[in-house]
Amino acid sequence: MADVSEPLGAVLPILDAKSDLSVRVRRGAEYIAIPLIALAVSGLLFSVFLLALGKSPAEFFSLVERGGFGTAFSLQNTLQRSAPLIMTALAVAVPARVGLIMIGGEGALVIGGFAAAAIAIPLVGRAPPLTTLIIMAITGVAVGACWVGIAGFLRYARGVNETISSLLLTYIGIAIMNFFVEGSLRDLTNPNKPSTKPIGEAYMVGKMPGTDIHWGLAAGVLLAIALQILLSRTTFGFAVRIAGGNPRAALAQGLSVGKLIVICAMIAGACAGLAGFFEVAAIQGRANASLVAGYGFTGILVSFLARHNPIAIIPVAILFGGIVASGGLVQRRMDLPDATVLVLQGLTFLVLLTSETLYGRFSFFRVSGTEDRT
Amino acid sequence: MSQAPAVIVLLAVIGGALRVSTPFMFVALGECLTEKSGRVNLGLEGTLVLGAMCAYATSFHTGSPWLGVLAAGGAGATLGAMHGYICKLPRVNDIAIGIAMMLFGTGIAFFFGKAYIQPSAPRLGSFSLGAWTGNSQIATALQINPLLVIGVGVAALMAWAFANTRWGLIVRTTGDSAAAARAMGISVDLVRFLATTIGGFLAGVGGAFLSLYYPGSWNQGLSSGQGLMAVALVIFARWNPLRCVLAALLFGAAGAIGPALQSVGITQGYYFFNAAPYILTLLIMVASAGSKQAMRAVPGELSITK
Repeated sequence: MADVSEPLGAVLPILDAKSDLSVRVRRGAEYIAIPLIALAVSGLLFSVFLLALGKSPAEFFSLVERGGFGTAFSLQNTLQRSAPLIMTALAVAVPARVGLIMIGGEGALVIGGFAAAAIAIPLVGRAPPLTTLIIMAITGVAVGACWVGIAGFLRYARGVNETISSLLLTYIGIAIMNFFVEGSLRDLTNPNKPSTKPIGEAYMVGKMPGTDIHWGLAAGVLLAIALQILLSRTTFGFAVRIAGGNPRAALAQGLSVGKLIVICAMIAGACAGLAGFFEVAAIQGRANASLVAGYGFTGILVSFLARHNPIAIIPVAILFGGIVASGGLVQRRMDLPDATVLVLQGLTFLVLLTSETLYGRFSFFRVSGTEDRT
Repeated sequence: MSQAPAVIVLLAVIGGALRVSTPFMFVALGECLTEKSGRVNLGLEGTLVLGAMCAYATSFHTGSPWLGVLAAGGAGATLGAMHGYICKLPRVNDIAIGIAMMLFGTGIAFFFGKAYIQPSAPRLGSFSLGAWTGNSQIATALQINPLLVIGVGVAALMAWAFANTRWGLIVRTTGDSAAAARAMGISVDLVRFLATTIGGFLAGVGGAFLSLYYPGSWNQGLSSGQGLMAVALVIFARWNPLRCVLAALLFGAAGAIGPALQSVGITQGYYFFNAAPYILTLLIMVASAGSKQAMRAVPGELSITK
């Protein structure tokens, strides 16, 4: 903030139209450059890790490239996996805008997907597929929204820390799904893996024309664009930014911060619930433990790497979709455990958060007279 | 089997509380120390898992479970030191770093732990508090591991040190007001770094209990959220080490209800009882979040309660 008592000359340059544009470009460049540096450094550290184990980093990265992006098949697999990542990342990004660190995406995905599969049981065979899918989607989204909404409400009503409560809700959600899937809703014709009744081929979400990718990717991209518009171009988004930046100032302006917190939490849960719906209706065909695949946790990293910007989430989700998709190939070819991807993700997350300290340190990104404006 | 089912369940719950509570206790004590210094380490779930893996691996290779406990503490201290070092950089958010440490610790543990899922390592021994009764059921239920005793000892030591020593005062001052601590000539970063490192050590030892005593093996599902629950416990315990012990016992009892009921043939709702500790934690957080006593006890610099 420019101090009112400052001489006018110090304030003037930033009001200049030309420097305003250059400020925005340089600031924007900083927000892109520093995460890229962080990615490069974590790639480097991971290479050292692999070298220490006697494995070749070059082979690792070429396998990730081949298994994630190299062929038409692997690229489609990657895009398919990035769909839930976009949605679970949005589930982190929206609360982050209002100043909350919510990590309940995994739980909302699981409970939303389970609810969608459960509501389909009486409908399959009676209602037409499209109606069934719409009801399933609405159920998944609504249940997901309520689930993370609980964490938002507890934050608003009692000041309960939302990070811990949203993660606890994840464990509770998984336990609830297991309770039903191994109990009253278990499909007894399937002895191998406790699951709900399959919804059947005819009721599954189809592929986008000309591809092998289900409609979830299109839904994810549209959702990201819609949320970007909501957050940056509407009164609601403006209120969210103020409440996230300075809750006291927001309260002083008469904004109901509590309501914004609950709504943002519900939007987050809705995004993850939609991811759960697509996992059930387009991939698994039923609800079972395969829903607990870690998309919610990878989504946290994706959102932080994209600096909680819905549009930036799309490419980052595709990148990590590729890393996740190539996991199997890397595991087989290099004889590495399946947790390799987890190590890479954890390392990247650590380096990325550490890189936060670099903002404002490089004079290149600074424009005179704007040092203190953040 | 002459006793009434209620007695069996009660015994099983008490036994379970004594058995299951130790990891909660160590993680809660570690987090208590870290939070007293004004910083939050949400990554102790990862520390717990990595500690469990290191303890099991070390015990397997050296044949000495106590070396395993030390290795677990060392691994925990390393993760704690990383957290402490990164968080002292400007603009870095300790809660977000905690999430990253949780993912990182779990990832490393699963990565190196894959080789240790099959082999069987020497475990920690135990002694029974109930041997004098001559009743084998009571004797089995009241089996106690030395780590439980050590944990209670550490809690008592911490409570005493916070109240009566210069070091305790330094930690408390740093946690209540960094500005005041700086004015006293204390290096706030150093105090928090050490508190997080020692806190990590304790959480790692809690992990050793998981893999070397109960459940007593290493696998990827060993800890599902126990580290996280223990972090939530600290708020409930109002940053008092002795109350951390009580809260851990309460949690152990809650976790033991499911298996105890199963042992007398009530299997209905087994999966519900799996969720019970998490629900209990959430309810406890709701109850303690608004309480005046908790708000009085909270270290002033803590970001978790704001």
